[in-house]
Amino acid sequence: MDYGEIISVLQGTIRMSVPLILTALAGLYAERSGVVDIGLEGKLLAAAFAGASAAAFTGSAVLGLIAAVFCSVCFSAIHGFASITQRGDQIVSGTAINFIAMGATVIIGQAWFNMAGRTPSLPPESKFDGSWGLPFADLVAPIPFIGDIYARVLSGHYWLTYLAYALIPITWWVLYRTRFGLRLRAVGENPGAVDTAGISVTRLRYQAVLLGGVFVGLAGAFLSMAVSAGFTKGMSAGKGFIALAALVFANWKPKNILFTCLLFGFLDSLSIAMQGKTLPGLGAIPVQLWQALPYILTVILLAGFIGKAVPPKASGRAYVKER
Amino acid sequence: MSAPFARLPNWAEYGLIPLVNLLVAFLISGLVVLFAGENPLRAAYLMVYGAFGSGEGIGYTLFYATNFIFAGLAVAVAFHAGLFNIGAEGQAYIGGIGVAAACLLFDNSLPWFLVFPLAIIGSAAMGALWALIPAWLQAYRGSHIVITTIMFNYIAQAFMLWMLINVFKPLGQMAPQSRTFGPGGHLPKLDWLLSIVGLDNRNSPFNLSFLLALLAAWLVWLLIWRSRLGYEIRTMGHSPSAARYAGIFEKRIIVTTMLISGALAGMLAINSIMGDQHRIQQDFVAGAGFVGIAVALMGRSHPLGIILASILFGMLYQGGAEIAFEMPNISRDMIVVIQGLVILFAGALEHLFRPAITAAFVRMRSRSAATETAGA
Repeated sequence: MDYGEIISVLQGTIRMSVPLILTALAGLYAERSGVVDIGLEGKLLAAAFAGASAAAFTGSAVLGLIAAVFCSVCFSAIHGFASITQRGDQIVSGTAINFIAMGATVIIGQAWFNMAGRTPSLPPESKFDGSWGLPFADLVAPIPFIGDIYARVLSGHYWLTYLAYALIPITWWVLYRTRFGLRLRAVGENPGAVDTAGISVTRLRYQAVLLGGVFVGLAGAFLSMAVSAGFTKGMSAGKGFIALAALVFANWKPKNILFTCLLFGFLDSLSIAMQGKTLPGLGAIPVQLWQALPYILTVILLAGFIGKAVPPKASGRAYVKER
Repeated sequence: MSAPFARLPNWAEYGLIPLVNLLVAFLISGLVVLFAGENPLRAAYLMVYGAFGSGEGIGYTLFYATNFIFAGLAVAVAFHAGLFNIGAEGQAYIGGIGVAAACLLFDNSLPWFLVFPLAIIGSAAMGALWALIPAWLQAYRGSHIVITTIMFNYIAQAFMLWMLINVFKPLGQMAPQSRTFGPGGHLPKLDWLLSIVGLDNRNSPFNLSFLLALLAAWLVWLLIWRSRLGYEIRTMGHSPSAARYAGIFEKRIIVTTMLISGALAGMLAINSIMGDQHRIQQDFVAGAGFVGIAVALMGRSHPLGIILASILFGMLYQGGAEIAFEMPNISRDMIVVIQGLVILFAGALEHLFRPAITAAFVRMRSRSAATETAGA
């Protein structure tokens, strides 16, 4: 692997991490409020489809983005209704959302576009522009190494990429420095206490789940309108689940999410670059192993061989006001 | 509000409420059909006709139902212990290795009735093995079984593709599949069973594994409600802390339950490999493992309910093929939507209509009580 390849793997890492970061942040808000959201995968898929379809119909990337966010928020509302209002099983509700999204994207896509579950390929003007240069990128570029890192790895991404990375410190600030954040964390640990203080548990949880819906909508739009020019069947490929694993591995803390998502993004990027190559001492590694690698590592990380994860105490449990 | 839901008579609890939930799921599925630009009533007619209109249709319906019974039992056994096994799909896929190994080794030397038990043992062992790691991680490392079993589905996909290309595929062939089995690798079809009621099975692959599935359902019933282990499993499912106080070794129950669940899922492979395709090929499970979740929820984790729910989903699968033939816009993926809606309404939203139904019952009861007192 030469220098140029390493740079392109690093560039890919920044790009591949974006949907993971957005989705993991969505999971963070939901789980910190006490709602487990296993339906992130389905919402990601549905948002990617809604975004690509709206962009294909209207030719506008902005309308695509709005459609993606709207669709994801609708699914979040269903999940919220089932798990907060109806106090249903949150895992079951999330699983249902995953299946509905998996099937409906294909059925509706087939009915609208008749392209075997794909949406039409988007022309450059109706997808996101992928060349947002950072300031002074041209000036710094000639400096060896640092110039390459700045101008080729960090610069020249989609604006959604920079937004995703900016949302990490913003989320930290919201969670730990605002009244909303304090209440949100409290409602995930001890909803009874929050309720006693006269704050609505239901309202807080809905806010968290719907906010998560917005984030997943952005992630879905990023998948189908930035990295690819259109939707393909099952294109989320488990990213929603991997983001959940990244959230667990990050111990439900915003700043750790950055590192765990970068790690998974790096693996993703590396496995694409390494497919079909031979490793010194190991020989050719089968393509299938590279494809399975992110999932295998997710399991290893979840096994907690690195550290013990402590979930929010009330996550996954519906709140019953009276007993 | 100490008791949120008043007690309903059994027929309403186990019949009416699931039926209402199911109806709503189907109504919304109808809306999706409408959204895709087709007539939902015609789709429903095509479905029922395709599934039950001929002996062959019924044969296919029961063939698919066989898969779903195994998958549903696998999910249900785990449910009883409070575990959510989403990995039946991967466990069934890996179970295929056991069936294929038994068939490929002995298909030309042994008769089918000797290969069959070997295939059962092989598939159950492989399925259980694939469930073992998530189970162990849940029991001893606390990693959430939902995510690990999902990950194992993805890993199974990659691993099986590698196995098919590098182990099962004969030299000089392109498609990732094994050779076709000899006579020892063919399970007998159940034409005689259908001909008892005067039906002609014709070309459907309805085979002996259906009876194996019914046997498995009976054994699961024995296990859950008539055995010590089943009692421990149910105790843990109701209250892990109560189980701990009662001296039940939680970790052992988690691992044992998941092994049983994985073994049941693994046996699903027998139906399509030995009963239908007579070779192992890519993606032969085709989502049946996931249907198990919907089936288990609909059947309320009771073997009898699972069998009925499986036949319903078998109808959806077989009838769905008929619809896809007549309405090109409605592909097999429609089943995935229906499955999701059934999981939503029979699972997460199971109490949605309960208050209304309970209120109706209370009103009826007070009215009949009033007429009785008036009569007396």
